[in-house]
Amino acid sequence: MRSDLHFLKGPAGASACEGQDGDCIRCGAICVERFPVLKRLVNGHRLVYLDSAATAQKPEGVIAAQARYYRRHNANVHRGMHTLASEATDLYETCRRRTARFLGVTRPEQVIMTNGATGALNLAAFGLRHTLNPGDEILLTEMEHHANLVPWIKLARQEGLLLRHIPVTDDGRLDLGALPEMLTDRTRIVSLTHASNVLGTINPVAEIAAAAHKRGAVVIVDAAQSVGHMPVDFDALGVDLLAFSAHKVYGPMGLGFLVGTPEILSRLEPVEFGGEMIETVTLDDATWADVPHRFEAGTPNVAAAAAFPAALDLIEEATLERIRTHEIQLTGYALETLSAFDELTIYGPDDPSQRGGLVSFHDAKIHPHDLAQLLDARGVAVRAGHHCAQPLHRRLGVVATARASFGLYNSHDDIDAMADAIRYAREVFA
Amino acid sequence: MIGEMDELYREVILDHHRAPRGSAVIDTPDLEAEGKNPSCGDELTLKLRLDGDCVVEVSAVTCGCAIATASGSILAELVTGRTLAEVRQLADAFREHMHGDGDELPDELDPGDLDILTSVRRFPARIKCALLPWMTALEAIASHTQDRPVGVSTTEV
Repeated sequence: MRSDLHFLKGPAGASACEGQDGDCIRCGAICVERFPVLKRLVNGHRLVYLDSAATAQKPEGVIAAQARYYRRHNANVHRGMHTLASEATDLYETCRRRTARFLGVTRPEQVIMTNGATGALNLAAFGLRHTLNPGDEILLTEMEHHANLVPWIKLARQEGLLLRHIPVTDDGRLDLGALPEMLTDRTRIVSLTHASNVLGTINPVAEIAAAAHKRGAVVIVDAAQSVGHMPVDFDALGVDLLAFSAHKVYGPMGLGFLVGTPEILSRLEPVEFGGEMIETVTLDDATWADVPHRFEAGTPNVAAAAAFPAALDLIEEATLERIRTHEIQLTGYALETLSAFDELTIYGPDDPSQRGGLVSFHDAKIHPHDLAQLLDARGVAVRAGHHCAQPLHRRLGVVATARASFGLYNSHDDIDAMADAIRYAREVFA
Repeated sequence: MIGEMDELYREVILDHHRAPRGSAVIDTPDLEAEGKNPSCGDELTLKLRLDGDCVVEVSAVTCGCAIATASGSILAELVTGRTLAEVRQLADAFREHMHGDGDELPDELDPGDLDILTSVRRFPARIKCALLPWMTALEAIASHTQDRPVGVSTTEV
């Protein structure tokens, strides 16, 4: 049974969907109303956007909220007595409170706002630098995005650390059998992705976090591909720090979050210094502001923060449970559809319920760049390349893959359109 | 558009892609360089055998997309029989043409199938694919003439 988009109500005045089975044109139309970019044509075809893992499209509410901020409230935060400054500060702090609530975090002060997930992971790594000594071990995995590899490579070079990586099995899972051997008394930090941006694999973060904590390690999770696509409860994951970005959660670009336990945040050192993050400054000395402001030096992206709650509104309206069910159905349908092609390799676990909403594949007949180019000619947007995960691609034995990734606005029709476009590409290359 | 796509993946390009020229390995090259596109992972190994200053044999082995492979094949076809100075002149002209708004490649350079590759200009993300073999050739020639060790060239410019 298909349940495309039935859960989204139309804009004010539009009638709600009656939820019939099969393709619901009205729902599709309503959804397009909610995400303006989906109305456009690309190369003469309806845009079929299958690149939400790179960035999700923005609902009208987010776009309007960001514009409204600049039209009505624009001011700097935490440093003005006038009305606009007070409104801007309120909008900024509302984003922190809403994000905390969205992740089940007890206190808003546990949420640090950054410029993105990469910024959040860099803050986590370099903010813990003072706790590390030469010979200490950092445990990562073979399936990490460069954002959760390169900061550690830099830190390891500076501090003489040893990097270790949990291997990936042939079916695209973490080899947890290797975990007891890899977690040692020297393991100070374990940092891993919640859901792989290439394999889709959802990792058993809570289980790994529990094992790591027994060894006294700090646990960091890169939740860039999970937040907004499945229920994510910070406390239930049992990690010390969690990073994600707003733009993959239907929010604006230029905003990310590092969420932490009060204990770890009290030990984390700032990595950027300047205005806003201080308590007292003399010519020769400075003391830091309280958590979380000590981590937010300079003028933050207030416009993005003012807009992000509108993205959370949409997710809460649709509900994460329904979004997750929808993405599992789409992933299952994509796996089934792509399996019908000969000489096409699909990566990651077979079971869609154990994957996030994306499928990476490699067509033996067509290089991923050529495939993506020909799909684009049919209005189908997929990503081609190493998806910022070169070590994982080396493990898979390919230089590049094509990736289709889903958001709440995608439908079974979109996957059919991709399959048609793959057939077209194969005709060109025949 | 479909029309533009037909132009990008013209039969001539697809033919070079399916059966690349210069795929035979040269065991004792006089010039050698490896090219990489870091952003997409495409790789090319270029080997040239010389008679004096003249290219007598080319091996261009590409691990990459159809555009990069076709470009390497066209390079193998075109540079055989040219002097290194002529190869450099052709590579420079192609690079300038792909990055600029210049006219077609001058006839006196005898650009052959390279003229067809200039249609890639309409697809900015693919320009580096078409340039990879030519930038690698420039690197190989520079190493040779300056007697520098062989380096890895990239087309990230």
